[in-house]
Amino acid sequence: MPADRSTKIVSRNFGVEGANTIDGALSCGAYGVVPKALGMERAAIIEEVKKSNLRGRGGAGFPTGLKWTFVPKGEDAYLVVNADESEPATCKDREIIYWDPHLLIEGVIIGSYALGSPHSYIYIRGEMIREARVLQRAVDEAYARGFLGKPLACKGGTFTTELTVHRGAGAYICGEETSLLNSLEGKRGWPRVKPPFPAVKGLFGKPTIVNNVETIANLPSIIDKGGQWFAELGMGRSGGTRLICVSGHVNRPGVYELPMQTTMREIIEDVCGGMLDGRKLKGVIPGGSSVPVVTPDEIDVPIEADALANSELIKPVEVRPGVNFDMGGGKILRSQAGSGGMVVMDETTDMVAVCARLMRFYAHESCGQCTPCREGTGWLARVATRMAQGHGRPGDTELCASIANGIAGNTICPLGDAAAWPMLGFLTKFRADFEARENRKVVAMPEPRV
Amino acid sequence: MALSFSDEAMQKIAAARSRYPNAQAACLPVLHIAQAEFGYLPDEVIELVSNTLELPVAHVHGVVTFYTMFRRRRQPVGENLLMVCTNISCMLRGGYRVLDRISQKLGIQVDETTPDKKFTLIEEECLAACADAPAVICGPRYFLRLDTDEKVDRMLQELATHPEPEY
Repeated sequence: MPADRSTKIVSRNFGVEGANTIDGALSCGAYGVVPKALGMERAAIIEEVKKSNLRGRGGAGFPTGLKWTFVPKGEDAYLVVNADESEPATCKDREIIYWDPHLLIEGVIIGSYALGSPHSYIYIRGEMIREARVLQRAVDEAYARGFLGKPLACKGGTFTTELTVHRGAGAYICGEETSLLNSLEGKRGWPRVKPPFPAVKGLFGKPTIVNNVETIANLPSIIDKGGQWFAELGMGRSGGTRLICVSGHVNRPGVYELPMQTTMREIIEDVCGGMLDGRKLKGVIPGGSSVPVVTPDEIDVPIEADALANSELIKPVEVRPGVNFDMGGGKILRSQAGSGGMVVMDETTDMVAVCARLMRFYAHESCGQCTPCREGTGWLARVATRMAQGHGRPGDTELCASIANGIAGNTICPLGDAAAWPMLGFLTKFRADFEARENRKVVAMPEPRV
Repeated sequence: MALSFSDEAMQKIAAARSRYPNAQAACLPVLHIAQAEFGYLPDEVIELVSNTLELPVAHVHGVVTFYTMFRRRRQPVGENLLMVCTNISCMLRGGYRVLDRISQKLGIQVDETTPDKKFTLIEEECLAACADAPAVICGPRYFLRLDTDEKVDRMLQELATHPEPEY
């Protein structure tokens, strides 16, 4: 049965005071699925996750069960949870950690058992000081109650989960899984060249699976109610529900757990109570700052990954008018579900300023390893900023497109694409706004400024 | 006299070290412990960390300079480190207004500390509080939906009397 808006899997304890302590969590049923999971064969858990159509909630949307099967047969893999939530406009993992850390830990126990993880790590973003404390307390409680660090009876023996919370120290790039692994190994967070993929050679040179917080938090329900149930909640190849973080110009911004079938229009008009002050919509970034923006006539598309990627309602991103951007192998780019961070922008929004702010972000966060990204993001930030501030030069629009197209697909990790795609997206959907800034006429500093 | 860690810090370091199969992996946790102890990470502290974990100084230096939260500056930060988000979700709801108001009230620019060492102001990238924009983090505390000057002023008053240190 498809999910409806009352279906709550990962957000069921949001707003429930005390659910983030062990006693509160236990009274909400935390760790209830652990005996069932540990009573199953490891392969049966992986099979159930495959059947569930659970897809990674960090941004790439890769099928989780399939990812798990990339671990070489007969080998154990480290489980690493990616809690480095830093994609602009994304604020869901932080909510899970704050309100329901024991749900996450329960998911980690299940995942660790399925993968045979000798020691699991949660890599939490450095700036999340409060959440790191909440999570560390929860882990300490779980150790004290014997859910962690103690042999638990499992199919054919016992299994012990070791879990460590590892704090980052401020670097967006560490949300990229290989960069995260380097950071976890005590190095600078530089992404690694793939292959080898982490599933084959990851943390400390061993097979490793990196999964997002929301992904892992879904595991207890999948094991409890079955992969089939989870798959049926969803839509197409995407099982379950989705946490959508709505920010920007709506009446009720918030983090909502929603059915995959929900369209962007329903989210804005219904879930979030319409546009702020009744103003008109200008654009929506559907899934975090790295995905291409869409226009008001493109919002009747569900938030599900394949729908956003393939719906013909969304015009493809172009490198110049009439020429589609090529993601590689002739694949066109429309938009993406990404991390579920939806930014709603009204008619008063200066798209050039928003784009420039984003480009400044990517330039700041580029790790400096690959030349196209290190140089290109800096140039995008500078050119977009001068346009936003009224110092645009003739040809700047074309210059931005050309720089972005030069970055895309030419870097080790997806940060290059993450900067290039929104740049090209803004140019495709709001080209006139950019072209109007090409003349060197100083416009009043817009509010918001860059 | 050469710099050294307190006994309490050494215990924390040993505990952190035990969570990883090699010393290098304890680098970030130990740098956090060091920063909590000394307030910032000048050359002497980097050397201390490198000796403690038996890692090359160049490695530790490279790590420290890569991450934005590790501070090399000689001046330790104020009691309250105000991290003001100005990324898009906050920008759309007045993040820059919050930044300007704080700057005006405290009489300091971004990356500066007030003379009484109570506040340091920094501009942050997305703090993952987008649905409650505009947002400021100070230590473990969130200040959300700062949509009026009054709310910003109240935050500063509270923090002046009840600081929220990072560690």
